[in-house]
Amino acid sequence: MALSADDLHRAAKLARLNVAPQSQQAQLDALNAVMEMVSAMQSVDTSDVEPMAHPLFQSQVLREDVAVEPNQRDKYQASAPNTDAGYYLVPKVIE
Amino acid sequence: MQWETVIGLEIHAQLATQSKIFSAASTAFGAEPNTQACPVDLGMPGILPVVNQEVVRMAVMFALATNAEIGQRSVFERKNYFYPDLPKGYQTSQFEFPIVGKGKVEIVLEDGSTKVVGLTRAHLEEDAGKSVHDLYSEFSAIDLNRAGTPLLEIVSEPDMRSAKEAVAYAKKIHSLVRYLGICDGNMQEGSFRCDANVSVRLKGESEFGTRAEVKNVNSFRFLERAINFEVERQIDLLESGGTVVQETRLYDPTKDETRSMRSKEDAEDYRYFPCPDLLPVVIEEADIQSIRDALPELPDQRLNRYQSQWQLSGDDARLLVQDRSVAEYFEAVANQADPKLASNWMVNEVIVRLDKDSIEIERSPVGPSQLAALIARIADKTINGKIGRQILDALWSGEASDVDSYIADKGLKQVTDTGAIEAWVDEVIANSPDQVQQIKEGKDKVMGFLVGQAMKLSKGKANPAQLSELFKAKILG
Repeated sequence: MALSADDLHRAAKLARLNVAPQSQQAQLDALNAVMEMVSAMQSVDTSDVEPMAHPLFQSQVLREDVAVEPNQRDKYQASAPNTDAGYYLVPKVIE
Repeated sequence: MQWETVIGLEIHAQLATQSKIFSAASTAFGAEPNTQACPVDLGMPGILPVVNQEVVRMAVMFALATNAEIGQRSVFERKNYFYPDLPKGYQTSQFEFPIVGKGKVEIVLEDGSTKVVGLTRAHLEEDAGKSVHDLYSEFSAIDLNRAGTPLLEIVSEPDMRSAKEAVAYAKKIHSLVRYLGICDGNMQEGSFRCDANVSVRLKGESEFGTRAEVKNVNSFRFLERAINFEVERQIDLLESGGTVVQETRLYDPTKDETRSMRSKEDAEDYRYFPCPDLLPVVIEEADIQSIRDALPELPDQRLNRYQSQWQLSGDDARLLVQDRSVAEYFEAVANQADPKLASNWMVNEVIVRLDKDSIEIERSPVGPSQLAALIARIADKTINGKIGRQILDALWSGEASDVDSYIADKGLKQVTDTGAIEAWVDEVIANSPDQVQQIKEGKDKVMGFLVGQAMKLSKGKANPAQLSELFKAKILG
């Protein structure tokens, strides 16, 4: 199954990526090469195989419910572009 | 045209843990912005989430309480979308293999009949942060304290057929999570949030109509109003030849209306996939058994017990068991005083006063021991019910604290001196010849007037039943 330009734009939009018009064909070719590689696996019959959720055959280790994380806001906010009164400030977004 | 309403609810219950679902940051409400957001919650590179064991235990409790299937191997997946209060660019949630599968709860409708509502599933997920849009003119302010707070999203089948049924179901789930102690149920603080999927169809139609999802409902009253508004809107639209579009609508309680928030046409592609940072959560049979053994008594069990142990009516018992704190208050009273009287006083007096003053029973100005003492004095006929209410008012306002000393101080003891009672009765008979004549003619209703007059003379301290007997004896011989 080859991806169309529409598929590419849809994927780019969902990932919030800009695809420059001049690179569109190259992107599409690269993605289609990946799709082709994956499609080889479609020929394997997996009807009686349980879907794998994780490559490690282990289960999740659980932690105790204790709140021990200290407040290090200043440290974390040092790398943020814009903060004020403890808030992270971002361009106005109202959906 | 006859329309039928179809409603399914999605309830987000914030799990009452100390720490977040994947990090050791605190979940306490009301902290300074971003003081409870650690690198895991902030989505810093290189972080590794680790699941909180309490959220697993709480989800299993919910499953057991709703006769639901337990996903003994559940999988966390990434739900991908972009929003500033979601720092990782995805919400860690569950999709294909939720921790709680199909279940059911029974609700009681207004006419007393019962209905079973199916649960589709309940899954664990993390909450997003909070965006504040009105603090700055050019920016949105982001507080990530809430990011990573554990939620159990409880999804019902589209089984409800009216706003009232939806409210009954929501209250049932609310009552259950509070009983289980897995959620504080505080709707104002957002610990218990309801989204309603609402559609209408012509009666007899088997296909569902197109639904709209109504969000931002933070009380049961608003839930009912929001659904009713939405049903009206959809019916008006369809009857005037329009079509309902699938969208999310926000309820505005000040205008009592819903309005479009976003259209779901192409937005809903979350590209779920299993989270590579988290392994499947496996729950052993032995763990389930120990959780089952530790389950508290649930509202339905308590309801049956009140009816069999104390012969309470279904309506009264249902009102008493709905909230765990109310039930515990009631039991504390019922263990010290006549349970039937205790039930009457709870239903007709205490709960009414709490509603009127909008206070939770935990902050009731009158404690269970005080109420039990009051009821004991009514039961042993030291005072009558009318004086009892007067004393309850005094306890409520803080004017009185000890029932017995208040009765003694104010001289409220019921008068049992037959001489005094006879004198009042004689006086009333002498002053009310017309009414006495009517009683002789068989108009029993007039008795209330005579008893009332005598009660007045006694300053409320006579026993109305005793007065009534005496009037009958004297007038009818």
